[in-house]
Amino acid sequence: MRTKAAAYPYIAWGMLFIAIPLGLIIYFSFTDSAGALTFDNIIRVGKYSNVVVKSVWLSAVSTVICLALGYPIAYYMSRASAMTSRTLLLLIMLPMWMNFLLRTYGWMSILENSGLINQFFGLLGLGPFHLINTQGAVVLGMVYNYIPFMILPLHSVMLKIGNDVIEAAQDLGASPRHVLTDVVIPLSLPGIKTGVILVFVPSVSTFVISQMLGGGGNQLIGDIIELQFLGNAYNPNLGSAISFVLMLIVLLLMSVTGFIGDDLEENLI
Amino acid sequence: MRMKKLSGTYLGVFLAFLYAPIMILILFSFNESKGRTFTGFTTRWYSQLFSDAAVLDALWTTLVVAFVASIVATIMGTAAAIGLNKMEGRSKTLIMNMTYLPIINPEIIVGVSFMLLFVVAKNLLSSVGIPFGFGWITLIIAHITFNVPYVILSVLPKLRQMDGSLVDAAMDLGCNHWQAFTKVVIHEIKPGIITGFLMALTFSVDDFVVSYFTTGAKHQTLSVLIYSMTKKRISPEINAISTILFVFVLVVLIVVNIMERKTLEKQKKAREYQLREGGI
Amino acid sequence: MNDIIISLQNISAEYDGEKVIDNLNLDIRDHEFVTFLGPSGCGKTTTLRIIGGFVEPVEGDVFFDGERINGLPPFKRNVNTVFQRYALFPHLDVYNNIAFGLKLTKVPEKQIAAKVGAMLKLVNLEGYESRNINQLSGGQQQRVAIARALINEPRVLLLDEPLGALDLKLRKEMQLELKRIQQTLGITFIYVTHDQEEALTMSDRVLVMRNGKIQQNGTPEDIYNEPINAFVADFIGESNIVHGVMLEDYLVEFAGVKFACEDKGFAHLEAVDVVIRPEDFKMVGAEEGMINGKVESITFKGVHFEIIMEGHGLRWMIHSTESREVGENIGLNLTPNDIHVMKKLEEGR
Repeated sequence: MRTKAAAYPYIAWGMLFIAIPLGLIIYFSFTDSAGALTFDNIIRVGKYSNVVVKSVWLSAVSTVICLALGYPIAYYMSRASAMTSRTLLLLIMLPMWMNFLLRTYGWMSILENSGLINQFFGLLGLGPFHLINTQGAVVLGMVYNYIPFMILPLHSVMLKIGNDVIEAAQDLGASPRHVLTDVVIPLSLPGIKTGVILVFVPSVSTFVISQMLGGGGNQLIGDIIELQFLGNAYNPNLGSAISFVLMLIVLLLMSVTGFIGDDLEENLI
Repeated sequence: MRMKKLSGTYLGVFLAFLYAPIMILILFSFNESKGRTFTGFTTRWYSQLFSDAAVLDALWTTLVVAFVASIVATIMGTAAAIGLNKMEGRSKTLIMNMTYLPIINPEIIVGVSFMLLFVVAKNLLSSVGIPFGFGWITLIIAHITFNVPYVILSVLPKLRQMDGSLVDAAMDLGCNHWQAFTKVVIHEIKPGIITGFLMALTFSVDDFVVSYFTTGAKHQTLSVLIYSMTKKRISPEINAISTILFVFVLVVLIVVNIMERKTLEKQKKAREYQLREGGI
Repeated sequence: MNDIIISLQNISAEYDGEKVIDNLNLDIRDHEFVTFLGPSGCGKTTTLRIIGGFVEPVEGDVFFDGERINGLPPFKRNVNTVFQRYALFPHLDVYNNIAFGLKLTKVPEKQIAAKVGAMLKLVNLEGYESRNINQLSGGQQQRVAIARALINEPRVLLLDEPLGALDLKLRKEMQLELKRIQQTLGITFIYVTHDQEEALTMSDRVLVMRNGKIQQNGTPEDIYNEPINAFVADFIGESNIVHGVMLEDYLVEFAGVKFACEDKGFAHLEAVDVVIRPEDFKMVGAEEGMINGKVESITFKGVHFEIIMEGHGLRWMIHSTESREVGENIGLNLTPNDIHVMKKLEEGR
């Protein structure tokens, strides 16, 4: 049929600009600067294992915090009136329209030694507390930037849980706690999965948040990749190898959560 | 009752957390001194903004890249969705998986992979004497690429929801394939196309990571400029321009919201009418 | 005959690799109201879509007015369709929906307005021009769909279960309406439905389909009174269908009893289906009938009672205006022309 041909320009485009570039990452990972096959790059990633572990750990902590903070909000929104729900949704989305570098910069102003929090404590004669350039600050930046990505999928899944289902559970004798653990949480599982992915993936690969809020001492995977491509350490082969490892981590997480599958599309939109 | 109070407080604290840095930024856009302590009120940064060549150039670059990339992505993505909607089996799965890649891949990997591609392309092309460098072209190509999937994923569901017999009806009444598209299909999927375009535009304007790896030395996007400033001190002009953009988005959202509410009311009325006039 | 407007010859069609139309031959005359009747999946809609140009047959030829039209796209065929769920364009109002076909052909606006007005009059929707589609009731949408399909003055109108979404009362009303429109315009209507009553009410000719094949092709009276096999008999009205054996011409045995019948030409001891309409039984006293048994249930159906009797190891459905008591013993009598003997259906066909 002729209609299918409408997709051909995109298919060609995708081959050229999606498939080939990813192929290049793999190619560069396994070659040296002269183009010869080597495993040196992958082996050298091992040197950065502490960075990898730290990235995964901080992102995991951020993801759990996002889930804990975001879940009640998503649930509240899904049970509120359409009007309230829409307004809240808008309020949560709105900050995303301000450049995230600036929002993160805003946190620098709040957290730094002479920043707003310490100014406040200073008035009380306390502090200054060392807040910026800590792991805590990095986690805060991740939670702040990515929590909407947790709330949105949770909200859209919870909207589909009918009040009748909850009422049926209550009718059958479920206490509020059991309504939550036996009905709401199992039914919102797909939203939890999506939210976890959408928070974890950008967190584990960030280099901006770690640089702005973590100072020099909290390098993450993203930082060392950036360093290989745009930093002084220019080494695209090593950079590709680290990127390759990062891709594997993301892929592993997705297959563990069963995110990749038939309902991938549903999960994304 | 106690629950209600509790959740209200929690929501309030959460929203304060979300908006704190934004309020700080807006506040500092009116700050007299360049530092991070508030010394006095001024609108100086707003007036200076319009004479700062670097900021204006970055704004211009950002808008041009975003609009060109979003328009191209919307056209290509809509066409792709129409084609994909008719496809089946393995080839469709393969293409859909390719489409998800830029969305689920970490941004830094997308950015780095483009950089590799453009470096390789630069070397290849310069060896045959064609000049090629990082700049407008690389930025726009990268932005189109990460925008198209959003367009496809917002148009595809509309196509699937569309009553297939609408196309049949159009052709039955004398439309050829192209007329059936322009006179019927496009009206049905218009909401998806608009959503896709707006998503593409937002992601483009907002993008930092991919732009960072694909931009040239000459023209930087606003994000890249801001990033280079965070390494030193951010000029309050940036706060000013962000405040303007933020207020602009706020106004647009409010208008869209009011318009949507009106259409919802209209639809409700139509439904009531249908119920009243159940028969004929 | 030269007034054949549509002719399907040796048509086969596939859907997802499965054969849905199997070597179908069919002639439709001009000005005829023809109905394809059958259960879902019988191929009736596919046949309609082949005529409309939406489905290409894998084998066979389609003729329109003597001309082969295989491969001709829908927009070049002089037929129009009323779709199952109307397929009205939601972004256009009533006027523009109806005018859609004309606007494609550069007809002057004035002429379009006049024709749309005439069409609205034909379907009793005058004054609805500027209504939105979603402001119309189901029946009104149905009328718009008919007007829209008719404005191009097709020689043939295809209707794909057009009344399926309407409630019973409205459906009856629209049946009469459709018949009136067809008679007013004098064009050919090809109608698809799974509702036997609808088919019998409106049609000049009914084609009963099953598994991609035409089972019977005849007037509504023929189909009802002389079903060609157990499938048709069962599909058209309610029937008792029992296994029987043909002993000789005009003599059939079923339920352990020999009956005189009007059928002949079967092999000796050929297994057959015997069909008896529930209204054809005559109820007599206990042990006085050809078949005797006990009343198992009785349901009041408005015009008649539906009595289920158990006898000779089988269940029999009887329609009668007389009532009986549950548990009462009764007998049933049949005359030879109440008994319809039919060849066994080939399995799967």
